[in-house]
Amino acid sequence: MACCVDGLDDTNEGRKPVTTTSAEPTRRDFLYIATASVGAVGVAAALVPLIAAMNPDASTIAAGAPIEVDLGPIAEGQVIKVFWRGKPIFVSHRTKKEIEEARSVNLASLPDPQPDDKRVKEGKPQWQVLIGICTHLGCIPIAHSGQYNGYFCPCHGSVYDTSGRIRSGPAPTNLPLPPYEFVSDSKIRIG
Amino acid sequence: MSGHSTYQPQNAFMKWMERRLPIAGLIHSSFVAYPTPRNLNYWWTFGGILTFLLGMQIVTGIILVMHYTPHADMAFNSVEHIMRDVNYGWLLRYLHSNGASMFFVAVYIHMFRGMYYGSYKEPREVLWILGVILYLLMMATGFLGYTLPWGQMSFWGATVITNFFSAIPVVGESVVTWLWGGYSVGNPTLQRFFSLHYLLPFVIVGLVVLHVWALHVVGQNNPTGIEPKSAKDTVPFTPYATVKDAFFMMCFCVVFAWFVFYMPNYLGHADNYIPANPAVTPLHIVPEWYYLPFYAILRAIPNKLMGVVALGGSIVILAFLPWLDTSKVRSANYRPLFRQFFWIFVLVCLGLGWLGAKPAEGGYVIAARILTIYYFAHFIIILPLLGWIEKTKPLPNSISESILKEGLPAGGSGPAPTVSKH
Ligand code: HEM
Ligand code: FES
Repeated sequence: MACCVDGLDDTNEGRKPVTTTSAEPTRRDFLYIATASVGAVGVAAALVPLIAAMNPDASTIAAGAPIEVDLGPIAEGQVIKVFWRGKPIFVSHRTKKEIEEARSVNLASLPDPQPDDKRVKEGKPQWQVLIGICTHLGCIPIAHSGQYNGYFCPCHGSVYDTSGRIRSGPAPTNLPLPPYEFVSDSKIRIG
Repeated sequence: MSGHSTYQPQNAFMKWMERRLPIAGLIHSSFVAYPTPRNLNYWWTFGGILTFLLGMQIVTGIILVMHYTPHADMAFNSVEHIMRDVNYGWLLRYLHSNGASMFFVAVYIHMFRGMYYGSYKEPREVLWILGVILYLLMMATGFLGYTLPWGQMSFWGATVITNFFSAIPVVGESVVTWLWGGYSVGNPTLQRFFSLHYLLPFVIVGLVVLHVWALHVVGQNNPTGIEPKSAKDTVPFTPYATVKDAFFMMCFCVVFAWFVFYMPNYLGHADNYIPANPAVTPLHIVPEWYYLPFYAILRAIPNKLMGVVALGGSIVILAFLPWLDTSKVRSANYRPLFRQFFWIFVLVCLGLGWLGAKPAEGGYVIAARILTIYYFAHFIIILPLLGWIEKTKPLPNSISESILKEGLPAGGSGPAPTVSKH
């Protein structure tokens, strides 16, 4: 045993490795497993920075800081577009009629049922803030258009209502709401 | 199949070299002495054309990079700078952008050739799958390249395509943010797309080497679909295949040059001459023409996740073709039913391509749905069934016999179809 722990039989002229079939684990088995484990940990550790470096960098995140929007100049019936984190944000000053339309819908008939009052801030049904990105494949829908006079996405024909809820077309979900709050009656902070 | 090399080094240096790195012998046995079936037609010249185009894309691309700036604020202007200021910049760019289109023309012909003559069947499955992977890489490279000029179509094409990944349940959004390197398509996206657009062509080169290696192990198929049986059935690659490939490559280049010099923007989209504007989506987004059939499949399905799955499936299914086609006879020349379904399939693909360019509404969507169903049925229903019900024509005994019989009335005295033995 003492002569052959390394798996090489000294009498083997051609120095062919002799496969050890004994059930006893050898020193080589240990080395294999130890090396493979350390190697696997190393590969995993190397993947972390490689993958993380592709995520948004500090400057991109910093540029994604909250923004404030003055609601004063937005006339009733108008939808403006501002940018936050490179995403278009719709700020809609809805008319009475638009609010009514959004509230009188039979929720059960919606693909992604959500009542309108859950999509605006309490007591401010006239102000609606939406991320203006079609939930299908990311185009910007056009305001005041489509069958429900809400939003219409020209790319593959998704139709949203005046609450930004999906009504027909390939988009799976309603237009999402960005995080925002009212800092005063006529000013919101998005982000 | 590749036989053994008959290469005899001519001078002392080549003899010295051959004993150390037998590369000349390898080239000789692969591209000079290599036996190719004697009945190859011009549809077999597209492999060479593809290799040529790959080289051309790399050469024009490397010089474009010397003048191109991969930055969201500068990319568009740097491409205009290439067009106006750089010596022959217009030519390099038009060669590169039309070269990509020609690349796809060639690959589509090459793939349909393989389908018609059953080139994916045993023992060429791995060769075929390598081809499908090459095609996927080409699609990725072309897509990444199309974003580089940072025009409206670049930007919105990139947005729509990267959003495919948002269809993945649960992690979709994080994956897309990771792909973008931001919260929307922006400068970090452009820079990584540039990096990958430079990288992938060289990955393609590596896979082409594997593809040709696999080809030279199993040998080329031919219009009869039966294997060469004797030396009479083959001719040496050089000069026979070399000159045929070169001749047709020149004919192909005439068409290519026609596009480059007379209609360089015909295959592109005018909107891409408008600088990228994240605030406005063009009213009618279309991808490059070579993706249109798949775009039609995506839009035919009214569900986001299923649309993306169908699009992916329509490409992945190609890799399973060797097992979906149950017929033992390779060439459509001896498969009267398959031949008709093959041409229907070609028409369906063209039809999907045409629909992909149309707005997604009304009758167009209905037509796209019907053709999408047919597309999948071709692979999943028609091909497996044909192998069972089709009565194939008798195969010739050998390639040389098939040539000698040419011009004689069809369906003469031949043996019943047999699986060729290797
Ligand atoms: C498989 C091979 C390749 C394909 C299919 C391909 C495809 C494309 C396409 C479709 C474009 C957009 C052209 C336009 O509309 O202007 C493009 C642009 C570009 N490609 Fe490639 N490419 C390939 C290889 C390369 C290589 C190897 C390089 C660099 C080493 C490169 C560098 C560029 C650059 C700098 C641009 C931007 C300039 C421009 O728009 O013309 N390409 N590529
Ligand atoms: S991106 Fe809006 S419908 Fe497809």
